[in-house]
Amino acid sequence: MKDLYAWAAIGLIVLASTTGDVLLSYSMKRVGDVSELWKRRGILAMIGHILATPTFALGLMAMGVAFYSLLFGLSWGNLSLVVPASSSLTFVANAIAARVFLHERVGRRRWIAALLVAGGVVLMAI
Amino acid sequence: MTFRKYLVLAGITAFSTAGDSLLARGMKQLGGVSLHHYSDLLLPVLNPFVAAGILLLLAFFSCYLAALSWADLTFVLPATSLGYVLVALIAHFSFHEEISPTRWLGIALIAAGVGFVAAGPSVTPDRQHRKSRDLSPDPASQEVKS
Repeated sequence: MKDLYAWAAIGLIVLASTTGDVLLSYSMKRVGDVSELWKRRGILAMIGHILATPTFALGLMAMGVAFYSLLFGLSWGNLSLVVPASSSLTFVANAIAARVFLHERVGRRRWIAALLVAGGVVLMAI
Repeated sequence: MTFRKYLVLAGITAFSTAGDSLLARGMKQLGGVSLHHYSDLLLPVLNPFVAAGILLLLAFFSCYLAALSWADLTFVLPATSLGYVLVALIAHFSFHEEISPTRWLGIALIAAGVGFVAAGPSVTPDRQHRKSRDLSPDPASQEVKS
């Protein structure tokens, strides 16, 4: 039963952090190169521009959900299960989501990299 | 990719690793934290390790956002995982901790994955079109129109 809770938490972490990453990436692409913006308009205008992007707040909220699911997940499951399982699955989920929602060209090179990193994270945690 | 952009990516790795370790160290000093006591949720901030950890994680988040403003998500993410490698190497070479063969294999896989991505383009073609469009005089008003 505890295992089921732990895996439910892992699922929620993966879902929330992937949503957060995609929304943050989308917002920052809309804002554009921040160093250009900083140079041209100053740091306050840059921060204002970021905060005024609606998807940015949604992204932060999703990251918050992911953080709290991690806290609860850790109270139900072992550190050695929850952290590597959620972070390696997030890698693969992010590659899929970036391709579908952000229209990034996830070519063979990046697929191999996502799988290598995900596998590496699991091995390091064993 | 300019030198400064590589510096931002290095900042992601370094700040997230240092921030996480400081936070973990501070939280261990405090012992068990219960979610039922509100004071337990606020007090940790007064611990110097936790406070420093939070500051470093804020620095990490700024670098992360900056990188996402000019690079693909699938390009930036592997940089965050390089932190695992960094922690293991520091533990091995400065604290002389033993690293098992499976962990060395994990380190090799992560490093290979990061190398694979870093050798490729940081933004995929259609992004670059958008970027050159954004360089025209007033990007803010353009944003509203699109």
